[in-house]
Amino acid sequence: MTETTSATPEPVEVWITGIGLATSLGEGLDANWEALNAGRINVDEKGFAPYVIHPWAPVNLETQIPKKEQRQMEAWQRIGTYAAGLALDSAGLKGNKEILSRMDMIVAAGGGERDISVDTAILNAEAQGNCTPGFLNDRLMSDLRPTLFLAQLSNLLAGNIAISHGVCGTSRTFMGEEVSSVDAARIALARIAGGQSEIALVGGSHNGERKDLLVLYEFGDYNLKHKFAPVWARQEHPGFALGSAGAFLVIESKAHALARGAKPLARLTRVVADRAQRKQPGAVTATLETLWSAVGVHEGGGAIITGATGAEPVTSEERAFLERHRDFAVRSSGTRFGHTMETQFALGLALAALSIARGALFPPGDSSGVEVETKQAPTQIVVVGAGHYRGEGMALVEAVN
Amino acid sequence: MTATRDKFGRPIVVVTGMGVVTSLGAGKTDNWAKLVAGESGIRTITRFPIDGLKTTMAGTVDFVPVTPFTSTGLAERLAHLAVEEAITQSGVGRKGDFPGPLFLAVAPVEIEWPQRLELAHAVGGTEFSYDDLLGVCGGGKFLPYHHRFQFGSVADYLTETFGTKGSPISLSTACASGATAIQLGVEAIRRGETDVALCTATEGSVNPEGLVRFSLLSALSTQNEPPQAASKPFSKNRDGFVMAEGAGALVLESYDAAVARGANILGVIAGCGELTDSFHRTRSSPDGKPIIGCIRKALADAGMAPEQIDHINAHGTATPENDKMEYVGVSAVFGEHTGKIPVSSNKSMVGHTISAAGAVEAIFSLLTLEHQRIPPTINYEVPDPAILFDVVGNKARDARVTAVMSNSFGFGGQNASLILTREPA
Repeated sequence: MTETTSATPEPVEVWITGIGLATSLGEGLDANWEALNAGRINVDEKGFAPYVIHPWAPVNLETQIPKKEQRQMEAWQRIGTYAAGLALDSAGLKGNKEILSRMDMIVAAGGGERDISVDTAILNAEAQGNCTPGFLNDRLMSDLRPTLFLAQLSNLLAGNIAISHGVCGTSRTFMGEEVSSVDAARIALARIAGGQSEIALVGGSHNGERKDLLVLYEFGDYNLKHKFAPVWARQEHPGFALGSAGAFLVIESKAHALARGAKPLARLTRVVADRAQRKQPGAVTATLETLWSAVGVHEGGGAIITGATGAEPVTSEERAFLERHRDFAVRSSGTRFGHTMETQFALGLALAALSIARGALFPPGDSSGVEVETKQAPTQIVVVGAGHYRGEGMALVEAVN
Repeated sequence: MTATRDKFGRPIVVVTGMGVVTSLGAGKTDNWAKLVAGESGIRTITRFPIDGLKTTMAGTVDFVPVTPFTSTGLAERLAHLAVEEAITQSGVGRKGDFPGPLFLAVAPVEIEWPQRLELAHAVGGTEFSYDDLLGVCGGGKFLPYHHRFQFGSVADYLTETFGTKGSPISLSTACASGATAIQLGVEAIRRGETDVALCTATEGSVNPEGLVRFSLLSALSTQNEPPQAASKPFSKNRDGFVMAEGAGALVLESYDAAVARGANILGVIAGCGELTDSFHRTRSSPDGKPIIGCIRKALADAGMAPEQIDHINAHGTATPENDKMEYVGVSAVFGEHTGKIPVSSNKSMVGHTISAAGAVEAIFSLLTLEHQRIPPTINYEVPDPAILFDVVGNKARDARVTAVMSNSFGFGGQNASLILTREPA
């Protein structure tokens, strides 16, 4: 297990002072909060049939990204760059060159969209007998857009955030599916708590409207097919519906926030991660229990926001863990937003901070009994992430007294 | 008695194990011998047809078989070899039980052309849509491809094989990735989270699309004949970098932990600097400020003055842009001292190992400190008059080297500099 603990004698408190959300439910905190409370889910069962996906809610991109920059990006980068801008707005940092020029950034990312029409055309031509030695080279040289590569490179989401918003301290991109955003938050927190950083932008983005991603996950039969169902009601037909979201947080030391007059939305107390030996049944349940002990939950209940995927067997293993903590009200982000892969844990952190800031938890997403009604204002929310294939993580988000 | 903390009160981070694979060969001994002899690992590509390509050479690693070939599979094998060498030298932990975390620099992963063609053949016929391809993916027939093409798959394999602890981190900062992996390890040890870290970087991306992508961005040298002469850092007639493969692995330890177990200390990671350039996706800010700031941050982190650096292991890709901007940045920081620092680019011989470069070159920097001998920049026949570095041209040079700066600059505005020394300051 990997834990973040402060090496300095005085523990440094880290606050979440900005949240940026641009999801399938809309853009901004109000739109997402209202949709969550209204129980609205934006799901598309037809456009990618038989696969179920959650499409991104359109926004006016120009409010965050100059037009000429938009043209250099594919959708996943536009979603993320847009959400990062919202987070900076939320933290009151947009245009603050002094702080942005020394702001650290850790982005959780996969890769960008392929040009499906080019790929399909090349494969068809090959099937029609074009198999000279230079065939693939010739087609790639003539058919690929020269700058497409830059819209696909994992670290170019961070690059675009630097260009569009001026976040220019340091820039690191973590990859590795779900756990990448756990580790992004874990390292960003550890650096601030350890005095190596004062303020950081952390998050990720994912575009679920991508057939190239459906191919990758279909290899493992992970895609939800035919009909949407909440993540807790998929035992008969397990799988995830790819989601579309950008989710970013601004986190900073309490001292840094106070010095600039910023108010906390919540405290990011601890982030822990591990990698269960999943060949053994029950390993994920056991690992989540270990993480629960390490994350430092206080007595007296609270809430859990999980990024449970709906894939099996991991979802059932996580459910066994949740059963042991019935004094915590559970909410799944996956039912409402779909599975946003690298972004799912950042999305969970954003929803936790938002719930604490609004003094309420949004209502249950289904009638499975896993999620139950609560009227209690949450003061501690545990964010849980167990990857569809690998990697587990947990964070404690608390109210600032 | 040597101080066990640096001048900022942080644990000193030392290197106790190193492993490297490049187009020159496997292992430190072989690589070092060929580096100081000025040998090139660049050759005409034989892995796939080169018809129709503008660039037909690369620093491929062809002596490590991977069947069926995938770039991610090769990256995994190369990382394995480098890590095995590093851990063996370090002697830390037990076999399959490395007592610290893994930080892995690795190229972004995607399904590759042989696998796409396999799907097309599974569909059959001569006219099909992408949906038809999607339709044959499920049912378990291609299950291994799900695992192979996960971004976390190489880290996953290394974690399983070498028993690193906790959640392994896969990262990309483009051509600075290897340096970033080291930086993450240094930071974790300085925070006191761990006494030891495995920092690894690997690259196996010489495939048709990988080559075409860089070619379309006009980043690659097209001086194909002879391939050994293609990579010309700091030369007037340089025309781009040469893609290459390889891996580097370093076992980092706190000085105290290394001394306590009687480990042989190979060098010190004295400082790390990092600063983002927001000017352009592929080009540096013309004023060089981000590179200047990055180098200054590295010096400040090491608590060193520019005059204390006596060798620069340059990023030196041999693109017209990089080498010019590296000189602008370095000369702005080092001033009159610039001309007194011998500068060399390993990329003249091994090519640009992209994700792995920062780690591979940190290892070569440490070997330079060990041997007090600077590997040459080969193909340095026509010096660029605008770049007034003291380039170690064509022949290795014996020199007193106490502190090396190793630079890495990448697409997306990624700048990272490391300072490596022989002994704790």
